[in-house]
Amino acid sequence: MSASQLIQKTAGRLIRPAHTPRTRQNNFAQRTFFVFTLLPVILILIVTVALIVRSLPILNAYPLSDLIFGKVWKPTNGQFGFLPFILGTFWVTAVGVILAVPPCLLVSIYLAEYAHAKTRSFAKPVLDLLAAIPPVVYGVWGLLAIVPFVDKVLAPLSTRWLGAVSIFSVNQPTGFGILAAGIVLAVMIAPLIISVMYEIFSTVPNDLRHASLAVGATQWQTIRNIILPQVGPGIIAAIVLGASRALGETIAVLMVVGNVPQIPTSIFDSAYPLPALIANNYGEMMSIPLYDAALLSAALVLLVVILIFNILSMLVIQRMLRRKWAS
Amino acid sequence: METHIQVKNLNVYYGKQQALKDVNIEIPKKQITVIMGPSGCGKTTLLKSLNRFLELTDGTQITGEVLLDGTNIYDREVDVTEVRKVVGLLAQRPSPLPMSIYDNVVYGMNIHRMKKDRKEYKAAVRHYLEIAGLWEEVHKRLHDPATSLSIGQQQRLCLARGLAVEPEIILGDEPTSALDPISSQNIESRLIDLKQQYTTVIVTHTLRQAKRLADYVIYMYMGEVIEAGLAKDVFSNPQHERTRQYLEGLF
Amino acid sequence: MGFLKKKRWQRRHLMEAFMKFIMRVSLVIVAGALGLILWIIVVRGLPALSWDMVTKIPEGGYYMGKGGGILNAILGSLYLAAGGTFLAMIFSVPIAMYLKTYLGDSKWGQYVRLALDVLWGIPSIVYGAFGFTLMIALGIRASLLAGIIILALIELPIMTRAMDEVIRRMPVDLEHAALALGSTKFEVALRVVTRQMLPGITTAILLGFGRGIGDAASVLFTAGYTDRIPTSLMRPTASLPLAVFFQLGSPYPEVQQRGYAAALILTIIVLVVSLGSRWLSARLNKYTIK
Repeated sequence: MSASQLIQKTAGRLIRPAHTPRTRQNNFAQRTFFVFTLLPVILILIVTVALIVRSLPILNAYPLSDLIFGKVWKPTNGQFGFLPFILGTFWVTAVGVILAVPPCLLVSIYLAEYAHAKTRSFAKPVLDLLAAIPPVVYGVWGLLAIVPFVDKVLAPLSTRWLGAVSIFSVNQPTGFGILAAGIVLAVMIAPLIISVMYEIFSTVPNDLRHASLAVGATQWQTIRNIILPQVGPGIIAAIVLGASRALGETIAVLMVVGNVPQIPTSIFDSAYPLPALIANNYGEMMSIPLYDAALLSAALVLLVVILIFNILSMLVIQRMLRRKWAS
Repeated sequence: METHIQVKNLNVYYGKQQALKDVNIEIPKKQITVIMGPSGCGKTTLLKSLNRFLELTDGTQITGEVLLDGTNIYDREVDVTEVRKVVGLLAQRPSPLPMSIYDNVVYGMNIHRMKKDRKEYKAAVRHYLEIAGLWEEVHKRLHDPATSLSIGQQQRLCLARGLAVEPEIILGDEPTSALDPISSQNIESRLIDLKQQYTTVIVTHTLRQAKRLADYVIYMYMGEVIEAGLAKDVFSNPQHERTRQYLEGLF
Repeated sequence: MGFLKKKRWQRRHLMEAFMKFIMRVSLVIVAGALGLILWIIVVRGLPALSWDMVTKIPEGGYYMGKGGGILNAILGSLYLAAGGTFLAMIFSVPIAMYLKTYLGDSKWGQYVRLALDVLWGIPSIVYGAFGFTLMIALGIRASLLAGIIILALIELPIMTRAMDEVIRRMPVDLEHAALALGSTKFEVALRVVTRQMLPGITTAILLGFGRGIGDAASVLFTAGYTDRIPTSLMRPTASLPLAVFFQLGSPYPEVQQRGYAAALILTIIVLVVSLGSRWLSARLNKYTIK
């Protein structure tokens, strides 16, 4: 049926033809907007590709295993062993996450299950402010409070009680090191972990809580038996997300971690994580052959690990949150 | 007629809004009491005041007393979980816990450590599923997830789960409103069977159901108890104009 | 009362009390950490804070403890953050609007949100390194413009998601009402959604600005550092986070002191922005239909 026939059929009441200026404007806008939404996706690709291209020289010059497992870092001699930095990143992140997770889990359970509206409206701005404080301020705090605290309080305590355990032994008594960086990181990632966990807890329908409470369970019994098994994947995802934030943190860590390229054996040791390596050396990276490629490959490694962590945890979290919208 | 629950001067506020106004009623032992009234009249609020579920909502204020065999359940010394063990609740929508059929029934007993070994638990599960009229249908698949049951079966499972902690009182918050007619009938006949042993309080929005079940009736309007008494008296000869209008279906 | 009486020493009641206790302790620890950070920054920063600090640029010998201030860094940071936020706005508003009006919760909408969340997670040091390689490839030196562009990239996902979260809660009824009156989707976006978006945009601007002004790792590579106030987009510029960072690295105690003072200034700006966004969004929310 042609348009003219259609118009005749609908006798008198003219259906507006499809190509008025207004609909054309709508179609144009739709297309333009669509291009804009491509931007985030394209941006991720561009950043990744650019870093790959720029790290190719060093990946071609040395076998990957030499780079990853090499222990010596002497760019002027052409030695690019990343192992101390990779392990440094790992230790700092691990300590930060281990310190952050138990209190964050407890706080998010408290806010989601126990707290009154009043407590919640007190906690929200506290978390917002913690999230808003710039990394460099965290660094200053670490320098002024945490490093001396580790040096004067935790290190002696550890020497006294845990000296026999090698990961707690104090080999470099300065306070600067993995533990100080871990404490600072733990506070920095806490707001993110707490708010994601809180969101996850609120996806559990109230019916389940009530069903358990109705037979006389205490709130903690309800949480342990009913709620926690429901949110397991989301909690893990929140932790992974927190870890990925910790992995990339630069300035705050750089200021308290000591920056000694060594393979750490104790949480009181200094370390030299990848982001700190990049930040400290960008200035001279053009002067030594392959140095820039080495540093950018460090950035690439960080990016890839963080992308994987982020995508996996976000997929889990998005799915859990959608379940809430659906129900 | 022996009184089981006595509600004295009960006032409930949600924030500034008053949901119950000076409620005074007595609920008889081992009878079915039906609370009825138009929607938003506070019947569910009254019901949930009996197992202290009101305090699960933020900003609820409660004054007055609810006496259970003479003990005020809102007393500071009283354990709220014990109250909820004694006063079971059948919710509006069936809410099976995300575990197997068997574990659903065991859940409450386990919480209170009521049985000694697996054998006792097994026997108890069978016993309560039989009471709820579900045993025949599920005994071959006790370890399937509870969510695999039909809605009607789920509600009977919830009944079994509630009974398993040996309550004295069963509360029903429109327990059949989400069910099809046959499942509803099934639940209703369970409740009638069970009134020999349990004091039962049901909220309903359908007058027919109230007439089928009630031994005793409470009629509420705008947060107040307008009329309460034996079902046969209230239905045949309501004392208040509002009750009469409601019974005649005028609103 | 007998049978209803609380059995306080029953295991499950002890457990309940214990868990509640350690939860409260954890909350106190988290809130205490914030208090401690603010306390330390104020106590150590205040003594060195002076009128000169915020009104003068570094004079000769400043980095050895002589006179001057960090106006260059304060202004530099404001320029950087404002520029970055403005640039990010241009892109984030259409994306957020498109997400709302055309995509909703569709598959592509979910992908775009995922991409934004992933972008949000990329650390600023990686953006910085990326920006640096780009600048080398294009032959651009460290400059205000380069810093602004990189900050815009960092702020884009934050701002878009912030707006998205706000307008997502907007009722569809309103949109449908407009569509039912014969509006095209674009007109809905332009007239209805934008008005509803106002609180979202304000929150997003302040959130993005706060993030931008505090970021150090990205501007380290791209904006450089200078003692002068930038007069052109192509000149390098100082920034507050780097002013803190560099001054703390100095061996002179006076200069370190000024580093603390710079940290205090930065903290104050960020707190004002953060509290302001709460206050503003609470106020603006009154004028939209929820």
